[in-house]
Amino acid sequence: MPRPKLIRRVNNPPGFKGFMPIGASKEENPVVLNYEEFEAIRLCDYLLYGQVRASQIMGVSRPTFTRIYESARRKVAEAFVKPKPIIFEGGKVYFDSEWLFCRNCGCWFNHPEKEKDIMYCTLCGSENIEHFHDEMQDIQTYTICICPGCGYEKEHTPGIPCNRDVCPECNQFMVRKGTPVLRRMG
Amino acid sequence: MKVAITSTGNNLDAALDSRFGRCSYFVIFDTENQSVEFIPNPNKDVIEGAGPASVQLVASREVKKVVSGEFGAKVKNLFDSLKIQLILLSERDKKIREIIELLNQQN
Repeated sequence: MPRPKLIRRVNNPPGFKGFMPIGASKEENPVVLNYEEFEAIRLCDYLLYGQVRASQIMGVSRPTFTRIYESARRKVAEAFVKPKPIIFEGGKVYFDSEWLFCRNCGCWFNHPEKEKDIMYCTLCGSENIEHFHDEMQDIQTYTICICPGCGYEKEHTPGIPCNRDVCPECNQFMVRKGTPVLRRMG
Repeated sequence: MKVAITSTGNNLDAALDSRFGRCSYFVIFDTENQSVEFIPNPNKDVIEGAGPASVQLVASREVKKVVSGEFGAKVKNLFDSLKIQLILLSERDKKIREIIELLNQQN
């Protein structure tokens, strides 16, 4: 049995169920696109993030992200050419919409309606707000291992996964810096 | 527009309750007519499912925003699908009166 998958972070579910080609026969089996594959296309093809940055947003490694993205593109191409309907279903994901922070009243708030732009705090009305997930994380942090227990940092050695490397101070396994808190869930 | 606030007591000087599902009271505040309603939380001592049950309670009052100290994972997804906005205030001992004042600051 292959090793368990890391749970992928998806911003919001699509809000609709899929696509149907116009004027095609109804007999074709639909192509099933996972939620993480949908998110990969949303991040790279629509929002034009690079794959390194998109993999950080999704909370997976760069090669994993590339595999998800590649699979998504193949499926969309197949549905495009054959044609076949597309259905969004399944995937190992958790939904986590963006949070914003207000510097005036100190509150965190989300915005479930992604179409509208948020210009002011929903509690106090101040314009002194900042986005949370959109912080441009330095690509530099991607190459550092950090200990979740004591905070010790060292430069990542390519070829040795951070989570097999042991912190010299407190003997815990380390993680790649920038890893979100939510990790493997069953 | 209606806003739900979790509260530790049933008066305006009570502090914000840091939990959502098992808070002591829900405050329903209407920004248009300034009405304030305190509802004791029936799900406070329920063994399981306090979060989703509380989501149903505030949704049935047609609120558009919810203010609390923290939300569990189960309720976040439910509120997302209901398009209700969540507001997290981690500052300790913020009074309901002060939160209502902040809401009224918006033009």
